[in-house]
Amino acid sequence: MSVAPKREDYDVVVIGAGPAGLAAAATSAEAGLSTLLLDENIGPGGQVFRAISSTPVTERSQLGADYWVGAELVQALRASNAEIIHRATVWSLDRNLEIAVSIGGASAFVKAKRVILATGALERPFPIPGWTLPGVMTAGAAQTMLKSSALVPDGRTVIAGQGPLLWLLAAQILRLGGRIDRILDTTERGNYFAALPHAFAFLTSPYFAKGLSMMREVKAKVQVVSGVTELSASGDGQLASVSYVAGGKRETMPADLLLLHQGVVPNVNLAMAAGVEHRWDDLQLCWSPVLDASGNSTVPGIAIAGDGAGIGGANAAVVRGRIAARAAVEALAPAAVAKLAPMATLRSDLAKAERGRVFLDKLFRPAPQFRIPAGDTIVCRCEEVTARDVLDSVAIGATGPNQLKAYRRTGMGPCQGRLCGLTVTELMAQARGKTPQEIGYYRLRAPVKPITLAELAAVPKSEADVKAVVRG
Amino acid sequence: MTQNVDAIVVGGGIHGCSTALHLCLAGMKPVLIEKDYAGRHASGVNAGGVRQLARHIPEIPLSIRSMGIWEKISDLLDDDCSFESHGQVLVAENEEELAVCRTRVAELNALGFTHEELIDATELRRLVPAVAETCPGGVVSRRDGAANPAQTTTAFRRKAEQLGATVREGVAATNIRSSDGLWHVDVGAETFAAPVLVNAAGAWAGKIAADLAEPVPVETVAPMLMITSRVPHFIDPVVILRGRKLSFKQFSNGTVLIGGGHLAIPYQDRNETVLDWKSLATSARTVFELFPVMRSATIVRAWAGIEAKMKDDIPVFGPSSRHKGLYHQFGFSLHGFQLGPGAGAVMAELIVNGGTQTRISDLGIDRFHPTTL
Repeated sequence: MSVAPKREDYDVVVIGAGPAGLAAAATSAEAGLSTLLLDENIGPGGQVFRAISSTPVTERSQLGADYWVGAELVQALRASNAEIIHRATVWSLDRNLEIAVSIGGASAFVKAKRVILATGALERPFPIPGWTLPGVMTAGAAQTMLKSSALVPDGRTVIAGQGPLLWLLAAQILRLGGRIDRILDTTERGNYFAALPHAFAFLTSPYFAKGLSMMREVKAKVQVVSGVTELSASGDGQLASVSYVAGGKRETMPADLLLLHQGVVPNVNLAMAAGVEHRWDDLQLCWSPVLDASGNSTVPGIAIAGDGAGIGGANAAVVRGRIAARAAVEALAPAAVAKLAPMATLRSDLAKAERGRVFLDKLFRPAPQFRIPAGDTIVCRCEEVTARDVLDSVAIGATGPNQLKAYRRTGMGPCQGRLCGLTVTELMAQARGKTPQEIGYYRLRAPVKPITLAELAAVPKSEADVKAVVRG
Repeated sequence: MTQNVDAIVVGGGIHGCSTALHLCLAGMKPVLIEKDYAGRHASGVNAGGVRQLARHIPEIPLSIRSMGIWEKISDLLDDDCSFESHGQVLVAENEEELAVCRTRVAELNALGFTHEELIDATELRRLVPAVAETCPGGVVSRRDGAANPAQTTTAFRRKAEQLGATVREGVAATNIRSSDGLWHVDVGAETFAAPVLVNAAGAWAGKIAADLAEPVPVETVAPMLMITSRVPHFIDPVVILRGRKLSFKQFSNGTVLIGGGHLAIPYQDRNETVLDWKSLATSARTVFELFPVMRSATIVRAWAGIEAKMKDDIPVFGPSSRHKGLYHQFGFSLHGFQLGPGAGAVMAELIVNGGTQTRISDLGIDRFHPTTL
């Protein structure tokens, strides 16, 4: 059952119901602003709190205490006057704050005085040989199945990569009785030294003790191979084996399922399509929006909160959501800010939530060979473009991702560069001896998610149609 | 230090790149200056239609000249530009529109142009089987087709550079001035000087002309396009409509391009456009009605390129009416892509030979600035 937005205009439209979006919408509505929360999923929670209101996993310890924090956020939001629409895919946002949203196969347009983007993160591409084979999937996809349907792997399973989510997923799979044959840790040895100067801050972060105990829990049950420097998947139309090099020694093991993960990066598509300026983040190795201290972007009226503003984790996302919403209240209804937590408090909460992030960024900085592929390894899955194809195009004059489209159609498929964009930028930067910032990124355009022609055709007519004239 | 060259071409669209290439072929050393990169705007992101069909009469000779080059584009550029020739068909949706088509074809025939051919319902159905049953006929231009615009513009740029053109991308041409019979243009820290200056700066050309005391009635527009996911092959020619704004083309990879001239809002200073989805919905409705096979296709992307549109919808092409050595090549008004190859060739003839066999007299800037000599 789908419900269209009740109004055409809102004070605040929040996009995404993860930690940042839930917090932002609740704050905005609590201050009395007309607030619409649009979310693509069937229920609130985003990725980290996925299926928080519906998960079949009832034993709380299996998903961990951090997961259930989401339930409180949802409660606070439902207690407010915010209008919440799920299964709502925002497919266009522009600098005039016009939003196009698809709900149950029908599109509607709404206009906002302020937009808070809380579109979160997506997994960094992990372009190794064979990564497009059936049987290879991302750890995030596996976690989605685990949270929403309590599904865990039962075949021969290898998890490869690095980062907090990888260990969390491994722990969750094991707690639910799933099978993991081996974990291949691709963290570079040098990262431990690079991260060391930032270790003190991390020691005082709430993530520290939890992370350590989770790794211990997993290592007690599964063989973990560290220092993996090469990785590939092979099979004839289906994953059959995983091959890797660790400590200079190559090993090949049979596998039915390979879960890959090397961190998450901001999901920039909607913000970029709206014209928000982004810059290359040398520490997190991704594009991050240019924002002020309240999350305001370079497009007036558009703020970004949560991991879409730069990876900071769920706790930081919640605070960033509150900060962005408070800034909207300050602008639209200054009298109502008295009801809200003071900005100084929020900023100190944020500093606390972000403590230790640099340590994680340094420690889990993915190695170059897992970010920048070579030879026949696929870069763009939609158009089946290999690393060699990209380099060949550079050799005959392609200077950046947008020019590359003319040669190879990279980024022009349905995923709009989500699965290849970072790889293309870094690969071209390396080939041309430039920085990723100089090379740039795809110019992204709406629809940010595909819509059917029939749906677009059914959009209510505009005045311009009436005046439509013979083509010139 | 000032670098002396034979010609300065401002604007790296298909027109500037084609002119630079043809100047090289004529033995000159031009510099091509593009503030972004070649094909960044309309030239790289247009519908790619290679169309003689339904053109304004004053530009038909240039279009026919261009068609001859398109048909041998690989010989010229060492790149096929993905050019395909399956014809372009103009569909009449009712008898009134077909009557207009009949008059138009008769008018062209009387002028000696034979590229447009009136077709009946049977031939229309043979060419475009998927079109709605109710359409009574139309017009076909059988040599027409389509090409990949970014690939084409890039290929012109690359070939020009190979043949000796100096290319400067990412830096705007500024401080355009003439002294001692030479045009001087600053490009970042560099200065170029040449006896010839070609203004092919697209949406930015009107300002250059105005700054040189030749203002013209031009506006910046951004026609929108959208493309679908791959659908089974069902149509070969490019289709345009007589009565409604629509152009329609299926590529060999199955994707379908939908255009027709609905406009986005251009933000020229920022190189940005904001799409008007309610107008795009109109295009979607037209396709929905005329091509039922397309109803379940998905729209994966929409965009718009910034370009110049003249008040009378035909380009400004030819020598300046005020300044020696200045040539204009802009204002192609949503239909300049097909003209690019021919316009570059003719422009090089104007510059090198002082004249051309191709009739372009109705396109001059003097239509806005009658010379009083």
